[in-house]
Amino acid sequence: MTQLNMKRIYLYSKFERFWHWVQAVLITLLLVTGFEVHGVYTLFGFERTVDLHATFGISWVILYVFIAFWLVTTGEWKQYIPTTKRLLEVMRYYAFGIFRGQPHPVQKKREAKHNPLQRLTYLGLASVLIPIMLGTGLVYYYYNELTMNDLGLVANLHVAGAFLILMFYVVHVYMTTTGHSLTAHIQAMFTGWEEVEDESQVEDWERADKVDNVTSP
Amino acid sequence: MKQQWIHAGNAWCALLTLVVLLSPGLVRADENAPGRLMARQATMTSHAPITADHSKFEELKFDPVEQRSFKGPEVTRACLGCHNQASIQFHKTIHWTWRDPISDPERKIGKGGLTVNNFCVAVPSNETRCTSCHAGYGWKDKDFDFNNPETVDCLVCHEQTGEYDKFPTMAGYPAPWIEDPENPGRQLGKEFSSGKVFYAPNWSEVAQSVGRPDRTNCGTCHFYGGGGDAVKHGDLDSSLSNPDKHLDVHMGDKDSGGQEFACIRCHTTKAHDIAGRIYSNPAVMERKSLVENDLQPKIMCESCHTDSPHAAQKMNDHTDRVACQSCHIPTFARVKPTKMWWDWSKAGDKDREPVLDENGKPDYVKKKGEFVWAKDVVPEYHWFNGAMTTTTAEDRIDPTAEVLLQWPIGGRNDPNSRIMPFKVHRGKTPYDPVNNTMALPHLFPTGKDDTTAYWKNFDWRKSLEHGMSYAGVPFSGEYDFVETAFAYPTTHMVAPKDNVVQCEECHSRNGRLANLAGFYMPGRDRVQAIDYLGWAGVAGSVIAVFIHGLLRMLARTRREG
Repeated sequence: MTQLNMKRIYLYSKFERFWHWVQAVLITLLLVTGFEVHGVYTLFGFERTVDLHATFGISWVILYVFIAFWLVTTGEWKQYIPTTKRLLEVMRYYAFGIFRGQPHPVQKKREAKHNPLQRLTYLGLASVLIPIMLGTGLVYYYYNELTMNDLGLVANLHVAGAFLILMFYVVHVYMTTTGHSLTAHIQAMFTGWEEVEDESQVEDWERADKVDNVTSP
Repeated sequence: MKQQWIHAGNAWCALLTLVVLLSPGLVRADENAPGRLMARQATMTSHAPITADHSKFEELKFDPVEQRSFKGPEVTRACLGCHNQASIQFHKTIHWTWRDPISDPERKIGKGGLTVNNFCVAVPSNETRCTSCHAGYGWKDKDFDFNNPETVDCLVCHEQTGEYDKFPTMAGYPAPWIEDPENPGRQLGKEFSSGKVFYAPNWSEVAQSVGRPDRTNCGTCHFYGGGGDAVKHGDLDSSLSNPDKHLDVHMGDKDSGGQEFACIRCHTTKAHDIAGRIYSNPAVMERKSLVENDLQPKIMCESCHTDSPHAAQKMNDHTDRVACQSCHIPTFARVKPTKMWWDWSKAGDKDREPVLDENGKPDYVKKKGEFVWAKDVVPEYHWFNGAMTTTTAEDRIDPTAEVLLQWPIGGRNDPNSRIMPFKVHRGKTPYDPVNNTMALPHLFPTGKDDTTAYWKNFDWRKSLEHGMSYAGVPFSGEYDFVETAFAYPTTHMVAPKDNVVQCEECHSRNGRLANLAGFYMPGRDRVQAIDYLGWAGVAGSVIAVFIHGLLRMLARTRREG
């Protein structure tokens, strides 16, 4: 890889890092306990694993409310506005360019921390998949109070969603290794500081209108 | 508010105060589970004290010599001298009539009617043997007078000496006094075919001992149904005379932590009418706790424990669809083996030697046929709304399938139904293949000159012809044996909380509830397509990132090399 001038930029505020990692832990635990409830293996035992799963799930509901509030009030939600511009280049990069040591076509910037592919993925996750999981989870949990006749539809949706989350989980963890070093992205998610190549300017289409509220270092 | 919210809330408080503590929420407050507290309250007061000492009554001090000629009604007459409503009350109950008091009398449901089981099949023409369990004296044939107040047997339910035995084949009478010629004034005793010797009761002693029925009184008959200890019910046998808490938390003795309940503690009784399920009639129509209706019988678990007895809300979420017994009675026949299979078609083979199983129970009796016994049996589970079907000798059956002689009524879509454990006794039982009805055998010989009784002559045709004509049911003369099943709700032998059925015994692929269809159960059910696609997607993702990473490594080595 061509060694460019690197500069450190502050990408992830304290709360963003906090919610990311708590969410990461919760998702891990929910997958582990959830697939045990589904009968894939025995780890904690059914009673305990159901209890744990419900506790983690409700923790996630509470966390999700805080995340949504944070996204709205900080304007960070604009980071997730979907775009197809340069989407193909990003895909082409991961399919070919990355093997040739080419630079990433869309550099991370303070005002645009996600590339078009990430935007689409995270938007889908945050606005569709996670709400479905939390929603079906809550219905599952309150099945009796809702006096529903059958759990089947809700449970099967919840299971299908869990598989999608697990697939995302695998790819997401792998993608953390695609920074300029294997652990660069993960370090950034701990410290908030990401090292990026000091070259391009933020183009207008990428610029979030207002990100003033984000905590600065 | 469900407790996971509280746990999650705790967890967040902890997190927000930078103490990383995710409460797993498994601190259990079982000792103070709401249902236990409610039940303790409900059973705090004991029965009203007894205000009469029967040993002081002159009426019950019979002359020691004169009472040798007693048969039983003499004592009843003395009882009725004071308790002048007792026989009137008792005559109305099923313990006297052996007939279902609620269903259409035309259907003749009840042992005293034409109900058929797959043990000794039916009472008609076999009265002298069967009615040793009738709380009366002298029901030897269909001419028995059900209106005679003096043939009620007060003693079998009320005496407390434990020395009052009805002779097994004397239509409800105890053995008569037979003087020992070698020891004048002493009894010789009357020997039953089993070898057990029965003696005439000391009528004064047993009459003066009377009190409220305890477990042994009820057990005299209910522990020995089907012709022997533990044969019939699976959850009722003589081990419940003096059980420890392990066998039954309610009946278990106080030393072992039980409650020492007598049967009537739950089978509450009004004017000799004892609460309980009777054939198709549920024990109660509505499941309510005493808090909701304090005059109802205490026969349901909910009566005392309420329908939200657990500290854990997810457990309480079960109580509308799963009977308490399903989880709290992990197995029945935990002490004594019970009969699970009875093949009458094999009976009559004089050359076959019985083989004893690991519990010492014979697999064969010439008079009765082939048996399978089992101990510590996992029940079958069925939807049950408290009612059972009943089959009489007049009902048409379908011999091409297993005939469900007595079977739970209920279903997944019946809001009053819950999943309930059952002992199912199966076997081969005689039937009439022309009329397609069950057939009633005349088993027990009425005397030495009885030419039709199966247990004397071993001729099925004669036995069935006599049995059917005695009962007034048409019989073609043809007979065969059909596979039958007879279900009993499993409701006694409630285990301590540490021994309950674990969640995964049902919430798993091939668990206890594998046979119940039509609803989704976590851990048991799945849509195969979702699972296949899901795991394929996950595997695909893992393989894809692995290959991608490998290619990156190779490409990098090549570039740098």
